[in-house]
Amino acid sequence: MNSATSDGTSVVSGPGASAPGAGDADVAPSRRRAIGRFLRPMAAMAPFSIYSFLGLGVPILAVIYYAFHSEQGRLSLSNLSLVMHGSYLLGFENSILLALITSIVPGILGLILAYAIATSRSAMLKRLVATASGVLANFGGINLTFMFIATLGSTGILTAWLSAIHLNPWNFGFNLYSFYGVVLVYLYFQVPLMVLVITPALGGLRQSWREAAENMGASSWGYWRHVGIPVLMPSVLGGMLLLFGSGFAAYATAETLTAGTVTLAPIQIGSLLAGNQLAGQENVGYAVGLGMFIVLAVTMILYGLVRRRASKWLR
Amino acid sequence: MASLIPDIVEDALVLDPVDSPRRRRLPRLRVWRAVVLFVAGAYFLIPIYAGLRFSLENDAGHLSLYAVKVIPSEPGFSAAFWLSMRLAVVTLALTLVLMVPTSVYVHLKFPRLRRVMDFVTVLPIVIPPIVLILGVLRAAPLWLRASPYLLSLVYVILSMPFVYRSLDAGLTAIDLKTLVEASRSLGGNWLNTLWRVVVPNLRSALLSATVLTLALVLGEFTMASLDLWTTLPVWIYQFQQVDAHVSTAVSMVSLVGTWLLITLIVSLDRSQSRRTRRRTNNS
Repeated sequence: MNSATSDGTSVVSGPGASAPGAGDADVAPSRRRAIGRFLRPMAAMAPFSIYSFLGLGVPILAVIYYAFHSEQGRLSLSNLSLVMHGSYLLGFENSILLALITSIVPGILGLILAYAIATSRSAMLKRLVATASGVLANFGGINLTFMFIATLGSTGILTAWLSAIHLNPWNFGFNLYSFYGVVLVYLYFQVPLMVLVITPALGGLRQSWREAAENMGASSWGYWRHVGIPVLMPSVLGGMLLLFGSGFAAYATAETLTAGTVTLAPIQIGSLLAGNQLAGQENVGYAVGLGMFIVLAVTMILYGLVRRRASKWLR
Repeated sequence: MASLIPDIVEDALVLDPVDSPRRRRLPRLRVWRAVVLFVAGAYFLIPIYAGLRFSLENDAGHLSLYAVKVIPSEPGFSAAFWLSMRLAVVTLALTLVLMVPTSVYVHLKFPRLRRVMDFVTVLPIVIPPIVLILGVLRAAPLWLRASPYLLSLVYVILSMPFVYRSLDAGLTAIDLKTLVEASRSLGGNWLNTLWRVVVPNLRSALLSATVLTLALVLGEFTMASLDLWTTLPVWIYQFQQVDAHVSTAVSMVSLVGTWLLITLIVSLDRSQSRRTRRRTNNS
């Protein structure tokens, strides 16, 4: 990449100029070229670096800065201590619970679905599911909310079908606009995400391993117990961590579905930004944001570690 | 999608006549798979059906196209629609101008920086949008906060992961070095080379980057609603109080539109790669 011939100007100087014993006259241009070699990449990378710093670095630094400062601009831990107590702590607890449920349940369901598809022989089915998973995993927000209101809202289609056979879920304590309603809706993008993540790992589960295990007298359960599950475990865990991050950070779906009535950390930030804040607590939102950032950073570091372990079996 | 169900049922009903102990397990396995696929199909298809059905219904519950027809004349719709379109165009232009030269340069001259790019462009996925907008609204100067294009500037950051991934894949697939050297030795300058040699060769990567960016901008709700700009998704959310049928109709139309766009791009991409493969086989 640094070869002299790759840039047109050096052709002029030719190979003779850099030949040994060319004399002192050569020193200045080569130093200038060395400086150019250093400056040009800097100049070329500058727009991207500056933009990323302004767009990502500065906002995060602002969140961290204001999380540690009181409204009067003094260094203080009062915002953080607010987050550790009362309703903000509840928001975090609910968010983590929501993320846990919507990573474990879709993780298992997605694994079952991916396995059902990976072991089927229909290429069309595989392609269809791959495309659909790609689309559905990026689903969320307002469209998803409306679809579920039309399905399971109090006048939704599925509600109508079920109440025709006297099984109206709303009569059994179901409420779409509640915590468990949010869980149900999140499955819609979490399961496809798990299918996307876990399918390559299932492909790495080689038929010859199964045959080898059976030749040595292993039962189906024995194969899973000693080969299948240990090989898949890191990938499954990695997938669940990814789902945890996605469930923890999601805002739009929960906000539009429940109109902000469920106590979750992202919804609390949204409500604070919209101006619903107590006097003297104007900066608490930044502390909630910092907390979310820390939880997600830890999740992603774990994900990186687990992924390295999982890639051992994937080639 | 409708052809999916018969396929599975057929799969489940065909019993294997061979009566070895290994084969006897198969029918049961197939029933199990049919159940899984049926439940999954129901879970994923019923809400789509319900959304479409609800937007094609009037208040009396009869089938009608009224909700779709009245969309353009609803108050605030065209303002929100054009705001979203303007934001999409500005975001797309900024993203491409920022990311294409940088990615090309990194691939060509500094492959070692690819790891840094990978890391930086994955950050917008790790940092939740709600936390990012929290910081942006506090850190941005007032004149910028007064403009809707602040959203475009942030959307560029949000689209970086997708755009960089597809550009990276596209650049890895072509022989960039040879192309650039050929162009330079024929006397093309850097800008000329980029525009007339590299960009045409990156067509499908650029197309997918474009689609992903457009889909992202046209569907983004979190940041737009908190920055208090009525973009299309924000309008849809607000308008449900006036007429939920119309709101749902707009939401389904934008959804179907995005899907059609993605399908179109993917099929263009596929025909392009097939042609390339044929060309390689002939040579």
